Amino acid sequence: MLRRLPDQSGRKVRFRFEGEPVDALEGDSVAAALLAAGNRILRMTPKSGSGRAPYCMMGVCFECLVEIDGIPNRQACLTEVRGGMAVRRQRGAPGLPGEAGDDPD
Amino acid sequence: MIRTDLAIIGAGPAGMSAAVAAREAGLDVIVVDEQPAAGGQIWRAIERNARLRPGNLAFLGEDYVKGAELAARFAASGAQHWPGSTVWHVESPEDGDKTVTLAWDGATRQVRCGALLIASGAMERPVPVPGWTLPGVMTVGAAQTVLKSSGLFPEAPLLLAGSGPLLLLFAAQCLAAGIEIAAVLDTTPAGARLRGLPHLPKALLGWRTLLKGRRLMRTLSRSGVRIYREVTKIEALGAEHLERVRFQSVGGPAELETASLLLHEGVVPNPQLTRLLRCEHRWDRAQRCFRPELSDRGETSVENVFVAGDGGGIGGAMAAVHAGRIAALEVAERFGAVNRPNGDVEIVKARDALRAELAVRPLLDAMFPPPRWIGELDGGEVICRCEEVTAADVRKAAALGAPGPNQAKAFLRAGMGPCQGRMCGLTVTEILADAHGKHPEEIGYYRIRPPIKPVTLGELAALDGAD
Repeated sequence: MLRRLPDQSGRKVRFRFEGEPVDALEGDSVAAALLAAGNRILRMTPKSGSGRAPYCMMGVCFECLVEIDGIPNRQACLTEVRGGMAVRRQRGAPGLPGEAGDDPD
Repeated sequence: MIRTDLAIIGAGPAGMSAAVAAREAGLDVIVVDEQPAAGGQIWRAIERNARLRPGNLAFLGEDYVKGAELAARFAASGAQHWPGSTVWHVESPEDGDKTVTLAWDGATRQVRCGALLIASGAMERPVPVPGWTLPGVMTVGAAQTVLKSSGLFPEAPLLLAGSGPLLLLFAAQCLAAGIEIAAVLDTTPAGARLRGLPHLPKALLGWRTLLKGRRLMRTLSRSGVRIYREVTKIEALGAEHLERVRFQSVGGPAELETASLLLHEGVVPNPQLTRLLRCEHRWDRAQRCFRPELSDRGETSVENVFVAGDGGGIGGAMAAVHAGRIAALEVAERFGAVNRPNGDVEIVKARDALRAELAVRPLLDAMFPPPRWIGELDGGEVICRCEEVTAADVRKAAALGAPGPNQAKAFLRAGMGPCQGRMCGLTVTEILADAHGKHPEEIGYYRIRPPIKPVTLGELAALDGAD
């Protein structure tokens, strides 16, 4: 998980992760914002179901794959936070858009 | 579809520098980049930090601040800049234009270009120690990325493990920012200075880099941070997430409680685009990785496809700036651009500057040699993070007769997950080379196919102007 240094100015942005509100700063990637908000696990692997978190933060490891606004397989480290976006963990292999949201939490 | 003289993939030092030079020569230029703002990894979020968080520049350091000038010249260059776009296919027909296909803002776009410059940079070498998939384990570069872009840092206790200039730089940035480092596990083999010595005379041409390196090493050794030397056999331990790290060092075995472990064993070219284009690659022994074969103007084995910057072999930001300029000037020459600024003279000047920047690399490669243990793995370590394939699985595939990565892929699915081999490609090549007693070049690498990034049906449907 991540902590923020003092004096990091920037506009506040609020979005949702697994239905819960998350506060971030404009310019944060979704992956960084989620780790800073205390979420250790962003996805579960298709094979063993083990929890994973971002490893590279620059778009190469694909460990930060989440569902954003109903679209699975989004790289959270390459997506900047936007107010009101709805983010969910990706559990296993992604379904088709719309399908993934059926997972009750 | 839109046409341009020169398309550039990547807006880091090489891409920005090439765009500026090509625009000066009068070429039309489109720069596509995955990141939300120009700067690449090294100068990530440079504009926002300069504008909004000037306090961060103090601990990010002067080499980071340097990026602001080129970013400003790039912004004023007149090159089209498409940030936040994901290139998922590139085609290079035998004759005629190249085509770059990308997803941008929910739609697919295609750019046709006379020449293509790949300036997509490097990635950190994957470090498949046991437990590296546990949440809480990241790369040093990952932590540096969030420090630059968001002023974020990993929770304490924080361990840095590995070797090389980036680790030293990040440690110095942490210390300057007041971020506590519990310990550094230095994996550099003993005798770094001795190994570097034969390369010192040549490296003196890059004396600025040498002085900076010495300063960084001193900053760390005088900081009071506990440093374990000659560390080997690192294991990340924990049930759901990282809890402890076990390792060997000169002082014997040790185990530390920790919340954050940052790994780093150097950087390697990001191979996806040059592999997708079937460019010729050579194994770089000193850096233990493949690099595309390039002419002295940066051209690959595919005509009018160029590579500049760390994607062609690791040289650092300033080398990338010069290489970008060289490639752009060559393209301008070739396409008879209107404002050719005495191309050959300029190219010679830029090549001299590039040579001076690269002079220090052999010394760095000797002092901080890439790890040999990765190719020797044979146990239960996960080496393909996506499909959870272990080193022992790869050995088994080799024993069953898989001669190379593509056959092993069919046996194991290693390289078939979402990262498409970015995280396991080098490791699989190294293990197979070891298992078969062959040179990595004979073993080869994954055959990379499009799409090289996930693309949605919606993005596909909204192809070019259909939106």
